[in-house]
Amino acid sequence: MISYDFEYHKPTSISEATHLYQSLQSQGKKPMYYCGGTEILTLGRVNRIVTGAIIDIKGILDCNVLKLEENLLIMGVANTLTKLNETNYFPLLSKTIIEIADHTARNKITLGGNICANIFYREAVLPLLLTDSQVVIASPNGVKVSFIHEVFHQTLNLNDGEFLVQVKTDNSYFKMPYVSVKRRRQWDIGYPLITVAAIKNDNEIRVAFSGLCSFPFRSQQIEQSLNNRQISRQSRIDQVINDIPAPILDDVHGSAEYRLFVLKYTLNNVLDALEGERHA
Amino acid sequence: MLKSEITLYVNGEPRQVYVRHTDTLLHTLRENLGLTGAKPGCLNGDCGACTIDIDEEPIKSCLTLSVESTDKKITTVEGLQNAQIQKEFIKKFAFQCGYCTPGFIMNCNALINKYPDADDAKIKDWLESNICRCTGYAEIEEAIKAVLTKNQQGLSS
Amino acid sequence: MMSIGKSIYRKEALEKVTGTAKYAGDFSKAEVLHGRLVVSSYAHAKIKSIDTTAAWTVQGIRAIVLGQSFPLTGEEIKDRPPLAFDKVRYYGEPVAVVVADNETIAKRAAELIQITYEALPVVNSPREAITSGAPLVHENLIFYEKIQHVYPEPNTNIADRTKIRKGDMVKGWSESEVSVEASFSFSPSDHTAMETRCVTAEINRDGKLVFSSATQSPYMIKKLMNDYFGLEPGKVVVRTPVVGGGYGGKVAVQLELIAYMATQAVGGRTVKIMNTREEDMISSPVHIGLDATIKLGCTKDGRLKAAEILYLFDSGAYSDKGATIGRAAAVTCTGPYFIENITCDSLCVYTNHPYATAFRGFSHSEVLFAFERTMDMLAKKIDIDPMQLREINAILPGQTTPTQMLLNNSTVGSLPDCIQRLKQLMNWNEGQRIQVSDHLVRAKGISCIWKTSTIDTEASSGVNLLFNIDGTVNIISGIVEIGTGTKTILAQLLAEKMKMDIHQIHVKMDVDTETTPEHWKTVASRGTLLAGRALLKAADDAMSQLKDIASRVLICSPDDLEVGYGKVFVKDEPTTYLYIKDICYGYKYPNGYSIGGQVIGTGNYMLRHLTHLDHETGVGKPGPEWTVGAQGVEVEFNTQDYTYKIIKAYSVIDIGKVLNQKAALGQVMGAMSMGLSFAGRETYVFDDEGRVLNPRLRTYVPMRYGEHPQYMIHFNETTHVDGPYGARGIGEHGLIGMPAALANSLSVAAEVDLNQLPLTPELIWKTKESGGTK
Ligand SMILES: Cc1cc2nc3c(=O)[nH]c(=O)nc-3n(C[C@H](O)[C@H](O)[C@H](O)COP(=O)(O)OP(=O)(O)OC[C@H]3O[C@@H](n4cnc5c(N)ncnc54)[C@H](O)[C@@H]3O)c2cc1C
Ligand code: FES
Ligand code: FES
Repeated sequence: MISYDFEYHKPTSISEATHLYQSLQSQGKKPMYYCGGTEILTLGRVNRIVTGAIIDIKGILDCNVLKLEENLLIMGVANTLTKLNETNYFPLLSKTIIEIADHTARNKITLGGNICANIFYREAVLPLLLTDSQVVIASPNGVKVSFIHEVFHQTLNLNDGEFLVQVKTDNSYFKMPYVSVKRRRQWDIGYPLITVAAIKNDNEIRVAFSGLCSFPFRSQQIEQSLNNRQISRQSRIDQVINDIPAPILDDVHGSAEYRLFVLKYTLNNVLDALEGERHA
Repeated sequence: MLKSEITLYVNGEPRQVYVRHTDTLLHTLRENLGLTGAKPGCLNGDCGACTIDIDEEPIKSCLTLSVESTDKKITTVEGLQNAQIQKEFIKKFAFQCGYCTPGFIMNCNALINKYPDADDAKIKDWLESNICRCTGYAEIEEAIKAVLTKNQQGLSS
Repeated sequence: MMSIGKSIYRKEALEKVTGTAKYAGDFSKAEVLHGRLVVSSYAHAKIKSIDTTAAWTVQGIRAIVLGQSFPLTGEEIKDRPPLAFDKVRYYGEPVAVVVADNETIAKRAAELIQITYEALPVVNSPREAITSGAPLVHENLIFYEKIQHVYPEPNTNIADRTKIRKGDMVKGWSESEVSVEASFSFSPSDHTAMETRCVTAEINRDGKLVFSSATQSPYMIKKLMNDYFGLEPGKVVVRTPVVGGGYGGKVAVQLELIAYMATQAVGGRTVKIMNTREEDMISSPVHIGLDATIKLGCTKDGRLKAAEILYLFDSGAYSDKGATIGRAAAVTCTGPYFIENITCDSLCVYTNHPYATAFRGFSHSEVLFAFERTMDMLAKKIDIDPMQLREINAILPGQTTPTQMLLNNSTVGSLPDCIQRLKQLMNWNEGQRIQVSDHLVRAKGISCIWKTSTIDTEASSGVNLLFNIDGTVNIISGIVEIGTGTKTILAQLLAEKMKMDIHQIHVKMDVDTETTPEHWKTVASRGTLLAGRALLKAADDAMSQLKDIASRVLICSPDDLEVGYGKVFVKDEPTTYLYIKDICYGYKYPNGYSIGGQVIGTGNYMLRHLTHLDHETGVGKPGPEWTVGAQGVEVEFNTQDYTYKIIKAYSVIDIGKVLNQKAALGQVMGAMSMGLSFAGRETYVFDDEGRVLNPRLRTYVPMRYGEHPQYMIHFNETTHVDGPYGARGIGEHGLIGMPAALANSLSVAAEVDLNQLPLTPELIWKTKESGGTK
């Protein structure tokens, strides 16, 4: 139960939404875009999210699109994780998101909400990072399309009043070999200890992580090390570990040392899957 | 404008309620409509005790605002009429204290309707959304499988 | 048998599957005020000031209640202010309660209360607590009021010590050719009933205090309100509807005290307090933690000769039930084995953790984890099959328990039979550790179990049977329907006894202490024995009344009559009978004369000859009988990443008599599931400041659907003469061997001694890394 009050708005177009935002902002209401709402309600309950107005973007047609157009898969951010999984256009994305939360919660959690979540796992973003997906961002000045690398650094960097409308992914990626491995402390649902998603493009492995550091990421450095086939697999993995861009998480799900142990064998599993088992 | 009068379609009836915009559907069902079948267990999306069906899909009513639930078909456990799954829950001793039961039953109900031929993996994927602290889950497994196989026999004959 | 042994559906089944069953939180009235707790953000700190100014500015606030120096509460030692006063002793401790017109306002105001603390050094484990120089959780321990049979040690953190001194340790060790010693530990965890604790309280115009509470002990509330606040017992009424799970957690009387203070502050208006999940997990009492050290000695051929045991129970900030738990642990300190020479010190220790209360099994899963692990270590050392080691030492009639109670054929079930059966079920002879593939092994582990109850020696239960005009009967008992189905069992006992159709029996599900005969507490797997015996007595009473009336109508001696099948009939001539429905409200002769009246059967039962334990030696008779059993777990373990899956879980329990087959299976299965969940995954994670880092079901994750093993359960039936139809207690027993069996299977699988809980892959990895190979 949330002890403060907020206004609820449900615009039907992008421009209505952005203008609403501006006007609510100017009234000092600190508005927020609202998609699945699972995070706004649960963090709102403990006052970690406080807002005077929410703008539900589920009524906007563009946010509900889900279709293949030529070779681009267009995913509106209001699609629930369940819907994306059931339609299964994008197998790696399906595989990754089916491990988020639990089935009933995924009926409510949306793609956009997960990408923009404050809870730092944002696992849905991993496949998008690996596939150089594009993001469609709306602002009061109109709509712009960028590659996800340009705007996603740890979190999706949005300017005040902007919101994510769609994600577009080139379907040529959908045929590439992939793996997505989620390791948890002990159980079968919920937060990861670490999640590793990877695809193989030609001979190059791309890999992205969640739960390892306090943000999800893909790193060029890591991919270079991982793909350095001059050295033994063991050395490649050791090198990857040296390249981890931030402190390794140490929390109730596991210590940093244990995460490293899990990371090592998980990377081995990833390499087994994408390169074939090799006894180095 | 922090409160509104809205219409919710609950168990086949339109119900007018005056709600705060921050009210969860769980709160409105219980406090405004007296439908206390959906239970608060965590208010955090973790336990499934508050599960109801919205447009035939299981939803945690603590993760849902009442104001976003207008124009939707809401079914709570009170809206089930002698469903097979309710009978099987009794026959298979699939509950003890009963607190998790409405949530489990509404989840099962949606699963049975959507995937009458659900396999083990599908059942697990769905039912792991709810916690039962009394049973060993094997009883719940028996109950849902009893309905699913009955369905399948019904389909093939 | 008419009804006994049959899988009768629970009487409240339909209400529960239709969502119409009403739990404490489901009753609402517009005029009810809501209370909201303000809880401590420190584990140990001085309260410097509490500023309520901002909170009072919220519209709709009715009262803000803060802690007071008086009264102090606690079931054995009065060490706990219902709301913290002067200092806080655990993270999450209630400090204030805000009463307001609705939940939202109450929460809003509660968030505005500003408390300034001065941090104090924290006691973060029982071992730390008993070191000299440890900070004191209770400086004034010496001044606290207490009951006679608890022994706090002033100026330490020891709230109680139970000593077992049996035999001669010098002799024991000298006869021991082999010995092992090991230490064990686990932190407090939670009950996690799906229904959080909830209570409403109001004081009527005539001064009657009425609670409606989700509790396992409505009658205890009544008693304690008298003890703590001096209220007249007749002026305290506790109503308890069906309860959404307890597992011991709702035995504690906590929120009721706060609700009483709250309703007092608003002139007796109804105040409802319902815990949030977070509060329910850490502000209300928890499942106890333990540090233990066990030393065992035996001969080369495996005969146990000596046991030296130290149990340090983490009672947390207050001793409430912790002392009783420590005592129960001493009673069962060795597991179900006959050992001549035992010394055990079982301590209830204060720490700055959430305080403990009963947890299903009441110290037994905890103690058995430590003891049964040690048994496996000993077996390994003398190179004997762990099953065989247990067979050799299994306790038998004619032998004595650690408290030197002499057992007989009725007071203990047959453990050797249980072990034999388990051996077959588990296909033990195929080996304990089987390589399945490169990185996969299948491994088995076992644990024997026993349990008696250590309940108040004067605990009693009463039952009323009210006849309806159609000859049906209403059972009225003070047992709380917390999910165990005991009230349905009572109906079955009555159906059996009166040879009547179970559908002719109605059961009043809720309890109202004003009108329902007392049942001590719905705990300790004692419902069936206490209330069952009371019911049988009430049935005898009713039947003799029926016979009395019938004898006058049929003009014969009541001795010639029998009751059954809805009739009272002449034994020798069954065609001469009267329908019960025609006499249960008296009998009317054709001329209008009438005799008798509504038949009301009453009965009560109290356990016989229970004693306190001797403080120096532990000698005594704490409980009526011992349920024994043998349990096992089979895991599939990955030797590369240390993850595992629990494939099968086994229980063979000597239940005395199966009263309801499916209900018994359900009790055991549910308990096994809870035991495995506790052992494999559940714990509070504390930081260095004693704060709980995972007080939510997002990060504290009980077992879910699909993670459950296949359950293999078998019941043996060695009659308990005192039990109704020979039945023994069963509500907890499925749980208590699971942690040990899981730990034993994983220790075999991973080839390393795993002596901590929970048994996460990380723990196994860490133990392996630290070189703890066998
Ligand atoms: C039971 C449970 C288990 C969970 N387990 C996992 C897990 O395993 N892995 C994981 O990654 N997460 C997990 N989560 C967290 C979950 O990721 C978030 O609650 C969820 O992703 C939020 O999505 P939503 O659609 O509900 O977003 P909302 O609550 O609507 O929004 C979340 C945030 O994103 C912002 N936002 C939403 N949409 C947009 C947009 N289009 N443009 C800009 N900003 C936007 C909102 O303003 C808000 O700040 C779990 C949650 C629950 C309830
Ligand atoms: S109350 Fe909604 S999931 Fe727990
Ligand atoms: S029946 Fe009690 S929690 Fe499921």
